[in-house]
Amino acid sequence: MNIQETYSVLGLSDFEYDRILELLGRVPNFLELSLFSVMWSEHCGYKNSRPLLSRFPNEGPRVLQGPGENAGVVEVGDGWALAFKVESHNHPSAVEPYEGAATGVGGIIRDILAMGARPVALLDALRFGPLDDERNRYLFREVVRGIGGYGNAVGVPTVGGEVEFSEAYSGNPLVNAMCVGLIRMENLMRSRATGEGNLVVLLGSKTGRDGIHGATFASGELTEESESRRSNVQVGDPFAEKMLIECCLKLLEEDLLVSLQDLGAAGITSSASEMAASGGVGIDIEVEKIPRRESGMEPFEAMISESQERMLAVVEPGDEEKVLAFAQRYGIGGTVVGRVAGHGDLRVIENGEIVGSVPAEYLADAPVYEREIVRPEYLAEVQKLDLETIPEPDDYNEVLLKMLAHPNLRSRRTIFGQYDHEVGTNTVVRPGADAAVMRIKGTKRGFAMTTDGRGRHCYLDPRGGGAATVAEAYRNLSCVGAEPVAITNCLNFGNPEKREGYYQLAECIEGMSEACEDLATPVVSGNVSLYNETARGPIYPTPVVGMVGVLEDVTCHATPAFKREGDMVVVLTGTMRPTGESPLAGSEYLEIVHGRVAGVPPKPDLAAEKRASDLVRSMVRSGLIDTAHDLSGGGELVALAEMALSDGIGLEYSVPEIEFMSGHGRLLENLLGEKGAGFIIAFPEERWDEVQDALSDFAYDNIGYTGGERFELEGLIDLGMEELREAYERDLFGVPGEVLGGSEAVG
Amino acid sequence: MRVGVTVFPGSNCDRDALHAVKLMGAEPVELWHADADLKGSDAVIVPGGFSYGDYLRPGAIARFAKVMAPLEEFAREGGPVLGVCNGFQVLCEAHLLPGALLQNTHLRFACDRVRVRVETADTPWTAACERGEELVLPVAHNEGNYFADAETLARLEDEGRVVLRYLENPNGSMNDIAGVCNEARNVVGVMPHPERVSDSALGSDEGLKILRSVLAGATV
Repeated sequence: MNIQETYSVLGLSDFEYDRILELLGRVPNFLELSLFSVMWSEHCGYKNSRPLLSRFPNEGPRVLQGPGENAGVVEVGDGWALAFKVESHNHPSAVEPYEGAATGVGGIIRDILAMGARPVALLDALRFGPLDDERNRYLFREVVRGIGGYGNAVGVPTVGGEVEFSEAYSGNPLVNAMCVGLIRMENLMRSRATGEGNLVVLLGSKTGRDGIHGATFASGELTEESESRRSNVQVGDPFAEKMLIECCLKLLEEDLLVSLQDLGAAGITSSASEMAASGGVGIDIEVEKIPRRESGMEPFEAMISESQERMLAVVEPGDEEKVLAFAQRYGIGGTVVGRVAGHGDLRVIENGEIVGSVPAEYLADAPVYEREIVRPEYLAEVQKLDLETIPEPDDYNEVLLKMLAHPNLRSRRTIFGQYDHEVGTNTVVRPGADAAVMRIKGTKRGFAMTTDGRGRHCYLDPRGGGAATVAEAYRNLSCVGAEPVAITNCLNFGNPEKREGYYQLAECIEGMSEACEDLATPVVSGNVSLYNETARGPIYPTPVVGMVGVLEDVTCHATPAFKREGDMVVVLTGTMRPTGESPLAGSEYLEIVHGRVAGVPPKPDLAAEKRASDLVRSMVRSGLIDTAHDLSGGGELVALAEMALSDGIGLEYSVPEIEFMSGHGRLLENLLGEKGAGFIIAFPEERWDEVQDALSDFAYDNIGYTGGERFELEGLIDLGMEELREAYERDLFGVPGEVLGGSEAVG
Repeated sequence: MRVGVTVFPGSNCDRDALHAVKLMGAEPVELWHADADLKGSDAVIVPGGFSYGDYLRPGAIARFAKVMAPLEEFAREGGPVLGVCNGFQVLCEAHLLPGALLQNTHLRFACDRVRVRVETADTPWTAACERGEELVLPVAHNEGNYFADAETLARLEDEGRVVLRYLENPNGSMNDIAGVCNEARNVVGVMPHPERVSDSALGSDEGLKILRSVLAGATV
């Protein structure tokens, strides 16, 4: 192989190679080239997204740590802080779903641990192709097993997340894992290496050949050859991770660490060079000291291996024996593999001989590509929607049952049932609500978290969809009574080198940024996953937002479930600016019932979103209501059904205007449209006066009462709860169409 | 009263159990797997989790940990021992309890709330319950499917040693068994997690009925 072939195989362009020559002033050897290859991949270097990411607002009164560290950190109160981040493991999960998902969970946990925080909650945002395809079912089943297999064993509860299915994700599933950690503010850790002569200690598992060039692999499109790159996928060991967590927390408690960094993409290379670059120092790695899992490994392999369950710590000389003794007590490896140096290089030394040396700042400074933002042609085509072609349905019973049975709206119980969501005994609101709520032991406080993504919306209107994603997360947290504080995001997009991919990325970021500004929820951490494309094209642009919020009194929270018979049910309709957009555009109804993905969904009215959310939150916080749910996929009708199904309490809905509205498409829009800024609340009738006071001049419809064994909308829908349940509770892992004993088969 | 909680590598409900011991009004004592010392515990809980990663078989490696020798002696002498989830599996592997816990018949991890019935109040861990009382307890396991040979099963039933029985069987357990005790009745293993419902702040403290039993029933 000549040099050009070599760097091409490593994923570097001619331009990038020339840049390396210019920076170094000499020809790099293969080891050095490998270091650049992994650090300048999109996954590590953000070379296509960095200029766009700078648009995100990232300051706020509660922000303790914004982007640039292993995770963002916000203040909760009473001296507590939350560290949180979401990260993708899409490409590995596409070729090896169990291990891909498992190591995605393991990786994000270590990011949180590196901040010094105890990981206390996991959430997962997932996307797959339709379940009538066997390969998609396999990916879905194994990803869920992988998440459970790792998360359950490591003892961090999986408390939330979401999943959607669309042809756009066939062959390119999305697996985004979010972790939240809890830490005392004064114990916050940073990854900056300091102190010349300090020792670099590798903690955790031995290093093998797994995951060599994984970061580079994750930065290209998925092709038929991707299957042959299964060796790029790492293998997880949750037991080793559990011991690594307990050991690191013990070392932090004993104040034995100067800094701590996880080993993720690009292994020791990435950890050491980032620690060095941010501390303005160099690091010498004595590569032969890295404990190996297999013999005959080359120095470059040890340097870029992505073997899991490892952390890198900087320790003051004299403390190493104590550190290594704790490692032994917890049964994990601990080895001094290098030291902090004054020269500013990441230097790889083998048996006393320098085999590679590159200034750490060069590795951390990938070239940046700015491209022209040009509106792609597909938008004009998909945004066309003639409402005349969408008639009022003849039978709303049938429509509702069909929608509730669709995998996008069906109950997630068969997924959450495979995750331990209670270990740690802090889970106050369990999966299935709008957001998960956890308490902080020893305080009255709690926190809430949610993940949300609106791929279809972002595909039809990237800017509006980006804003709507943030708004949805804001609504979800408000429903449970939490004050939204900040977000992390995972930007799942197609190839940024193509016009369509870059436009979607830029526009979604713009929309998200506008919403983050208006809703005062800054971006404190994030991750980018580009090149999500297969031979059949790119995925829907799918920014996933993970939002966290704070509850001052965790006992004052709400859930969607109807709780008592005879409660009044009120719909807060939000406001819709008269833009002429139909709320049926881009709706679940349109896709599930008419098989169409079309139109321009209503642009989110951020002022209305904030006003409605803040109103609902204040009612929950004051204890006035304990039942709230936001309007989202499937609109008002599906939201009402979800509330009834949660605890099996029916609904009697009586609105005289129903008859008046029908015939003009208005009824359909009201019941199944997705307008945003809407909520449904329920409360005992005797509180109606107080609720009215709280609602003040806010627009609402007083629509009916909870109770009974039926779900009734006067003259329109009349279904037994059992019928609804049968549609809604169907096993997501069954084979569609295959019926055994009255219910779908377990797959 | 001092209640010890064993900590094996990979235990992950140990901290929850220690917290619940505090809530039940006793003094929690951490028992590290590598120390052959029960530190003067008056009762011992073997908590849930994935001891040694559940590698080989759940509980199969933990039974050889150093802390198990004094624990087995404590059990033989009539000391109250409760195994929860992985702890139940460990006690079966250590032959302190009969039977074994196989993989759930539906082959999935099962995390849910289930209704169980207390079948005997004649153990130190159910003394504060009524026989026939129903409790709603959380389960979270992949291997909770109780199995014993026909003879053992018949003995367990005849001698009233089925402690908890599922009203909705989540894992395929024989005779819907959710918990059993040894012949001397001082060692109890249950798959559901009483420590997870021992704090009304989380919506239920029904599990305290089981944990607090040992305060009153240690002499049974």
